[in-house]
Amino acid sequence: MNSVFVYCEIEDGIIADVSLELLTKGRKLASRLGTDLEAVVLGSGLEGVEKQVYPYGVDVLWKGDDKRLAPYTTLPHASILVNLFRQEKPQIALMGASSIGRDLGPRVSSALHSGLTADCTSLEIGDHEDAKTGKVYHDLLYQIRPAFGGNIVATIVNPECRPQMATVREGVMKKEIFDANHKGTVKNIDVDAFTSPEDFVIHVIERQIEKSRINLKGASIIVAGGYGVGSKENFQLIHDLADVLGGEVGASRAAVDAGFCEHERQIGQTGTTVRPKLYIACGISGQIQHTAGMQESSMVIAINTDPNAPINKFADYVITGDLNVVIPKMIQYYKKNSK
Amino acid sequence: MKKLKIVVLAKQVPDTRNVGKDAMKADGTVNRAALPAIFNPEDLNALEQALRLKDKIEGTTVHILTMGPGRAAEIIREAEYRGADGGYLLSDRAFAGSDTLATSYALACALRNLNADIIVCGRQAIDGDTAQVGPQVAEKLGLPQVTYVEEITDVTEDKITVKRRLERGFEVVECPVPCVLTVNGSAAPCRPRNARFVTRYKYARAAQELQGADEDSLKLIEERPYLKINEWSVNDITCNPEDLGLSGSPTKVKNIENVVFQAKEAKILDSSDEAIDAMMKELIVNHTIG
Repeated sequence: MNSVFVYCEIEDGIIADVSLELLTKGRKLASRLGTDLEAVVLGSGLEGVEKQVYPYGVDVLWKGDDKRLAPYTTLPHASILVNLFRQEKPQIALMGASSIGRDLGPRVSSALHSGLTADCTSLEIGDHEDAKTGKVYHDLLYQIRPAFGGNIVATIVNPECRPQMATVREGVMKKEIFDANHKGTVKNIDVDAFTSPEDFVIHVIERQIEKSRINLKGASIIVAGGYGVGSKENFQLIHDLADVLGGEVGASRAAVDAGFCEHERQIGQTGTTVRPKLYIACGISGQIQHTAGMQESSMVIAINTDPNAPINKFADYVITGDLNVVIPKMIQYYKKNSK
Repeated sequence: MKKLKIVVLAKQVPDTRNVGKDAMKADGTVNRAALPAIFNPEDLNALEQALRLKDKIEGTTVHILTMGPGRAAEIIREAEYRGADGGYLLSDRAFAGSDTLATSYALACALRNLNADIIVCGRQAIDGDTAQVGPQVAEKLGLPQVTYVEEITDVTEDKITVKRRLERGFEVVECPVPCVLTVNGSAAPCRPRNARFVTRYKYARAAQELQGADEDSLKLIEERPYLKINEWSVNDITCNPEDLGLSGSPTKVKNIENVVFQAKEAKILDSSDEAIDAMMKELIVNHTIG
């Protein structure tokens, strides 16, 4: 009772990174609150899946293994969570801010009339005093998230309703093994008892999911282009520099919106959060939207024609100049000096 | 094919891409008046999907439902300029301070008056970026939902086929009608205004907009009923007042912090050969690259 729950996404038998990141966070929250960490995995062919989650400190794994639960569709997954949460009364429930978690979370929160905060960047435990009634609540989940285009950071609490629900994007929390030898127990969910036939009305008739080719989070060097790169053709320059340095290509939201490169490369609040050894920002002005996703980089080089671009405040090297001139020179002098 | 009744949920949002410092009130809520108000971008993608069904199936109607202050009637007119048949403005002080759940509750109550076959909205609004209202409305009405819709590929009497855009690919799903769809920004952009519709709906007004209006305007609306934008208060929907506004909102804003840039010491270079050469040498020497 009153545990911390994490809904884990699974694709091809592998638990999603975002879910492991949330288990890591969930373990810390559960230890702080002196309660258990419980995971929920719903899908098909789940034998042995516990081995993937136990090392992250999972005490109880709720397993719903049924052919009809994969691929994910909204209604059966929502019904199972709603019924399970009614039975187990978790105090906190976390899920990924992915196309699954952002589809499922609001549906579940609506059914339970529990508050849900989307896309949190930080989760902490703390007390809260209601300004009007003076009532003090202990050990609430602080759900911290940017709002309003990233110009403010809001701390949201759910004083009365349970579970306190939050979604978090992939790459925002760190993934860390809690104890490689940690063991929990498996509890099997009676899928028929927790769903109704009407939950299976949506049919997935075609599905093409690519394995991610782009690995921004794991890259130690990232060369990122912004709107200032100017065109899709010119974005090749960014790829060229990344290739030479052995790095990965990233982009700002403005560059993605302008069609210069694919959405998977987007770095920032609505994209991936990265912490590379070296981040080279090319033609990126540095809106908070973007810098929130890269400000923990160890070293930043900013190339911009505007000497007052906000990105420069995060930079170790500020190069004021045209990226069309600077990037070819960086490639040239890297090749010359690395020999 | 039977004609469809489509309702597009839309929101007038502050243009968060241009936020000034004074845009927040002390209580942590948004001072909308301080910002330009626009049609939420993904709701326009949703409107386009609705208008395409209207083009395809004769007799199909498209209406906007929006919750907001009197000024929000602007987006209903904007939708009419692009081909919508009309709209409903849900406006009352009782809705103030609503979080996503209280908003969804009010919208769901209003939707019960409308008996739509298809409810479509943008995936998320740019002021909150939560993507919660669509699925929560679906749950409150007991309807199936499909989120992240990029295209409606087919619709028959009893089911709709849509393509969903996901992080690493796509999915085509069949969903029974009635249902709720939320549309992605990657879907087709909304068609522009049509000059004929602009002429027709230029003087369309909601009741709040007509307060203090001259006699000519009032007479015009009386003569041409299609210029009346329906306005509903809390009395026009069947609801439990406790579930509206602040009291119906489980989430509370505890604290708001302004984001502050942190300055650090930087080396300032120009694009000369000497400068770039020296920098690349440094990066190689300290093992950052190479």
